[in-house]
Amino acid sequence: MFEATEINIRNKRIGKGIKFSFLLMTVLLATPVLIILAVLIQKGGPMISWDFLFSDPTNGMTAGGIFPALIGTISLVIVALIASVPVGVAAAIYLSEYAKDNWLTRIINLAIINLAGVPSIVHALFGVGAFVLFFKFGTSILAASFTLAVMTLPVVIVATRESLQAVPYAFREACWNMGATRWQTIYKVVLPNAISGILTGVILEVSRTAGETAPIMFTGAAFFLPFLPQSVFDQSMALSLHLFVVSTQVPNVPEELPYGVALVLIGIVLLMNSISIAFRFYLRGKKKW
Amino acid sequence: MVESNEKSDKTPKLSIKDLSIFYGKEKVLSNVSFDIFENEIFGIIGPANSGKTSFLRILNRMDTFVPEMRFEGEVVFDGKNIMEWRNLYALRRSIGVVFPLPVGLPMSIYENVALSPRLRGIRSKGELDSIVERCLRRAALWDEVKDRLNVLGSLLSGGQQQRLTIARALSQEPKMLLLDEFSIAVDPVTTMKIEDALKDLRNEMTIILVTNLVQQARRLANRTAFFLMGEFIEEGNTEDFFTGNVQDPRTRQYVQGRFG
Ligand SMILES: Nc1ncnc2c1ncn2[C@@H]1O[C@H](COP(=O)(O)OP(=O)(O)OP(=O)(O)O)[C@@H](O)[C@H]1O
Ligand SMILES: [Mg+2]
Repeated sequence: MFEATEINIRNKRIGKGIKFSFLLMTVLLATPVLIILAVLIQKGGPMISWDFLFSDPTNGMTAGGIFPALIGTISLVIVALIASVPVGVAAAIYLSEYAKDNWLTRIINLAIINLAGVPSIVHALFGVGAFVLFFKFGTSILAASFTLAVMTLPVVIVATRESLQAVPYAFREACWNMGATRWQTIYKVVLPNAISGILTGVILEVSRTAGETAPIMFTGAAFFLPFLPQSVFDQSMALSLHLFVVSTQVPNVPEELPYGVALVLIGIVLLMNSISIAFRFYLRGKKKW
Repeated sequence: MVESNEKSDKTPKLSIKDLSIFYGKEKVLSNVSFDIFENEIFGIIGPANSGKTSFLRILNRMDTFVPEMRFEGEVVFDGKNIMEWRNLYALRRSIGVVFPLPVGLPMSIYENVALSPRLRGIRSKGELDSIVERCLRRAALWDEVKDRLNVLGSLLSGGQQQRLTIARALSQEPKMLLLDEFSIAVDPVTTMKIEDALKDLRNEMTIILVTNLVQQARRLANRTAFFLMGEFIEEGNTEDFFTGNVQDPRTRQYVQGRFG
């Protein structure tokens, strides 16, 4: 009675085939990432040392370390976070909790989607026009960070909105029915349950900008500047631009140097990602429903 | 079983005249008119999709949460037309609502009940403690949870969560309590506990009880209204419904279970 029939066997075989081909796709997808990492570690790994990380570049950037670029990238990301998070989170709260479904909201949503599709070089030109020239920040960390912030706003908004939407609607309705205002409901029920998702999502998205080159190239990142920035109105080196410079613009650079820079850059992004993922796991354990 | 109230010379707590409810262009309830008085339990019975829940949604202006929902007619609560309450939040606070499926907010049992007092501005720990205890007692839940008030509300059993929801509604100090098929996900023993609690609560407020268990209306309600497919058929003393003393034959059929 429970013996496998022809058709059972055939279905099983087809199922196995499909599973195998999906597995193949996944492996194909992961291969380049692993190869890149392996090459970087193999060629750039020996470069990494205390001196490399914490000293200035020397000999026309063909030797020495990357300290100003490292500090520059970290400052750029931090200032970009400070600029984009309040605006993005506020916008997402408005869109998710207050906005009615009307033409204005639809236009705003459309604008966000389109903003996410604008090439980074166009953001760079916008940054030059708006922050460097119009607001007279000059080429500075501030102008470059704001450009990065504008570029990441759409993803910050989307990540935040998703976290807010993940809080069940019934909670909001129960709260409104008690006579709570919209803001009381957001503050007492929605935000406490969405904040973990918002923070991790936002850190994840904004840390990606550490690798951007085009938007900061004309707005605040310096080709070569072996000093640490004193304020956000100074220019600064950045790892991404430095990598571009040492690999294409300067002659006689030892072959391992760009690999070392790239490894540090990827390391920063991966580090931020792991922090964010660890944070998410920790908070998921405390989920309340 | 339940004596009917003397109602002739009292002013109604809730007065409804020619109420019709719409979702967009679709009318889901038409021409409801009746008065509900203080200290009575008013039952609403009727099969699915009759408009019972929609009716409750209007009373505390939950219709504002549903984009297409609107109503015509007049609803006067506590002497004031609900459209004229300047402060919608005050209106909602004076009306407690309990849904068919319990909604425990993602916070501790204590915080679930202390939330509304806190929103009203009560800060003192002693005062909050006594409100929480009083509301949980009146919802017949205190004895089961008094030793674990800091446990998450959502970890309680379904029947306990429903009583937590009732305690939370009571923490608003409502003048009227709306119950929408509260026993749908609750076991019979707990249902009886809640029913006993409601009989006590009747002395303090007005209760509207939507139920699809006609026997529950018989056990609790002083008066009952019958809704059928968006139509308000009639209202009267609950006992009359069960002794066949009704105006519309459809009411008799529904009550006797000869419907659908
Ligand atoms: N948000 C909505 N949008 C459009 N129509 C709705 C909405 N909510 C309810 N309706 C319709 O209104 C009618 C009445 O629904 P309602 O929920 O008030 O019935 P009910 O008597 O509470 O039924 P039940 O006993 O199943 O809870 C139904 O036909 C339903 O489809
Ligand atoms: Mg209903």
